[in-house]
Amino acid sequence: MQPSRQGGAPPKVELRDVDLRYFGLEGETEALKGISLSVAPGEFVAIIGQSGCGKSTLLSLISGILQPTGGAVLVDGRPVTGPTRKVGYMLQQDYLFEWRTILENAVLGAEIQGADMVKARARATQLLTRYGLGQFLHHRPRQLSGGMRQRVALARTLCTEPDIVLLDEPFSALDSQTRLALADEVTEILRREGKTAILVTHDIGEAISMAERVVVLSRRPGRVKSDRPIRFATPDGARPAPFAARNAPEFNGYFNTLWQELEVHVEG
Amino acid sequence: MSKADLATTAGPSVAYRAWLRRERRGRLAVRAAQLALLLVFFVLWEVLPRAHIVNPLFTSYPSALWPTFLELLKTTPQQASILAHTWSTVLATIVGFSAAMLIGTAIAAALWWWQGLYRVLDPYLVVANAMPKTAFVPIFYIWLGATLSIYGMSLAISLFVTILMIYNGFQGTDPNKVKLAQTFGATKWQILAKVVLPGSVPTLIAALKVNVGLSLVGVVVGEFQSASLGLGYLIQYGSQIFKLNIVMTAITILALVSSVMYLAISWLEAAVMRWR
Repeated sequence: MQPSRQGGAPPKVELRDVDLRYFGLEGETEALKGISLSVAPGEFVAIIGQSGCGKSTLLSLISGILQPTGGAVLVDGRPVTGPTRKVGYMLQQDYLFEWRTILENAVLGAEIQGADMVKARARATQLLTRYGLGQFLHHRPRQLSGGMRQRVALARTLCTEPDIVLLDEPFSALDSQTRLALADEVTEILRREGKTAILVTHDIGEAISMAERVVVLSRRPGRVKSDRPIRFATPDGARPAPFAARNAPEFNGYFNTLWQELEVHVEG
Repeated sequence: MSKADLATTAGPSVAYRAWLRRERRGRLAVRAAQLALLLVFFVLWEVLPRAHIVNPLFTSYPSALWPTFLELLKTTPQQASILAHTWSTVLATIVGFSAAMLIGTAIAAALWWWQGLYRVLDPYLVVANAMPKTAFVPIFYIWLGATLSIYGMSLAISLFVTILMIYNGFQGTDPNKVKLAQTFGATKWQILAKVVLPGSVPTLIAALKVNVGLSLVGVVVGEFQSASLGLGYLIQYGSQIFKLNIVMTAITILALVSSVMYLAISWLEAAVMRWR
């Protein structure tokens, strides 16, 4: 057993020596090799690595839409066999359905899971209102800006009340201002709701500023190269918001360390 | 109303009003040109045969069509009214493209569901689509009889292209939207009903547009062979007794029928796009 990090509580998500290979007619590709990782309840972990290192694949494994070819993926100590309601997944783009209104989009997960739709609609309305979208419930996605659409996607993810939220570069399609503002909002929402969060990104700054722990994956096949806690000294001991964290004195030190570990080689 | 819609509260500026006027004038000019083109066509059709530049026996004239139409409107023991002919053709066309849409969508969904089935059937579908279906008109007549062979031809001519178009639409569904549904644990049936089908509505309308025209072709060709009713029959009959007036009247009505169906689909498309 790996030691868990928060007061001996069992890990919320655990990967034990996970391998994943893709098969194709040209041969097999080793995407992930021997990944072991555990995430405590309520923890916010970021996974960084270069494109193609299997970061997104890792999330697909935890969400249960992919099965590992070796090792085990556990959520709450039980092997993942398929998608569960405990895990919410936020993709790289909002992927809102243009034929549905904002509210109808937000309740999609609840609808698929066969949940009580009256409750789901009430919860979605509450979430959307809290995210400043109260007056857009019956609008179409195309009437909203990129940042607003990604907030709808967050509401859609949280509407099914998952314990664990997987974030797959959720801000990559946004412009840089919206990106910074939304990182603050999303982090605050996830912390306040006590969600366990796993963020996949190639943006080092985003990882340091949002997460309590940053895991670096090597190039393909992805292995865990380093796993380090991110701590900021604040007067009240509380974790600073991402935007404030970027200005903290520790930020640059973490940035340089992680930059070196990523071994970024500019190609072409 | 969204915030963006409220941006122009101060009333339109002079420049904007001028721009609107120019836009309107541009649209009117296009309409006028379209009408003029139609008018030129009819004038040439009337004048050239009358001036004996072309043989009137081959073309008839527009002015001869209205009396012919009134003549054909009568129901006699030997001859059904032209309204009955038109209705017969329209009905067969509606049945043809409706059946093609329903059966085509169902088959496309089955091919989407079982990818293996698609891989097996793909070459046959492509060949079936490329086949000139009209070659089957005599065979359909023998197999299906007078009435059913017309419906059959109407369906056959539009079915394969429908299957291919709709299947391609289904395949073109954004895989990330499918993945999104999967993260919520969607079943295959839910993915079809909530992602693939509603996402393919524009494809369905495009297929419908193609179908309406093709079904009409199928019906008319079917009627050439086997009908005693329908505009296709009337064309065949008119040409056999060398009464080009009848043929041209029937063709003009076919043109009108096509236009009405085209307008109906444009209206449907606009309604659906507004709803989306």
